Amino acid sequence: MPAKKMAIIATKGALDMAYPPLILASTAAALGWEVQVFFTFYGLQLLRKDLSGIAISPLANPAMPMPVPMPVIVQMLPGMEWMATTMMKAKMKKKGVASLEELRDVCIESDVKFIACQMTVDLFEFEKKDFIDGIEYGGAATFMQFAGETDVCLFI
Amino acid sequence: MNYDKEFDASGLACPMPIVKTKKSLADMASGQVLRVVATDPGSVCDMQAFAEQTGNTLLSSGTENNKYVFFLKKA
Repeated sequence: MPAKKMAIIATKGALDMAYPPLILASTAAALGWEVQVFFTFYGLQLLRKDLSGIAISPLANPAMPMPVPMPVIVQMLPGMEWMATTMMKAKMKKKGVASLEELRDVCIESDVKFIACQMTVDLFEFEKKDFIDGIEYGGAATFMQFAGETDVCLFI
Repeated sequence: MNYDKEFDASGLACPMPIVKTKKSLADMASGQVLRVVATDPGSVCDMQAFAEQTGNTLLSSGTENNKYVFFLKKA
């Protein structure tokens, strides 16, 4: 039986939305699937060598569980995003949730192919030296070629 | 049950018990048995799905001292 294939388009760069593509890609790879992830727009942040800037904001995020109810006006105060991110990361660590770095390393070790959207790299004037090695740079056609042969194709 | 290798996934959350089980199996020979201990309740369904999709046999799935214990036979 040929290996199943999955393609993911990762478009988000906030801490909560960074997890699904990396969890699904690493799991599918562990199941023996062939996986490609196409990172575009804010998703490109997940390809940076340094992921410490990935954050979560309580603002405009009413579904985010809070230890104490917090009015929106307070969520806007300076330092609130930093606080929410620090608390979320601490909670994740306590609950045994892998770090983004760890999940990304698993993907790379298990031959998940990462493709960075060249158009967005140019648009935001990102520098390739800030991204991890071993990734490809391409466009929609590059993605569609593989996506057309997949069993599962997700836009996250 | 006899086993050749053990992997303790206690404290790890999805997807690491599966990802690291896969890694643990990598250097084992066909027919050898891996014992996996986990605390993630999701691993009960996940381990079965892992076995079915990878061809490794889930010999048993149960609990021991409030932990989940699996025996996998490598394909």
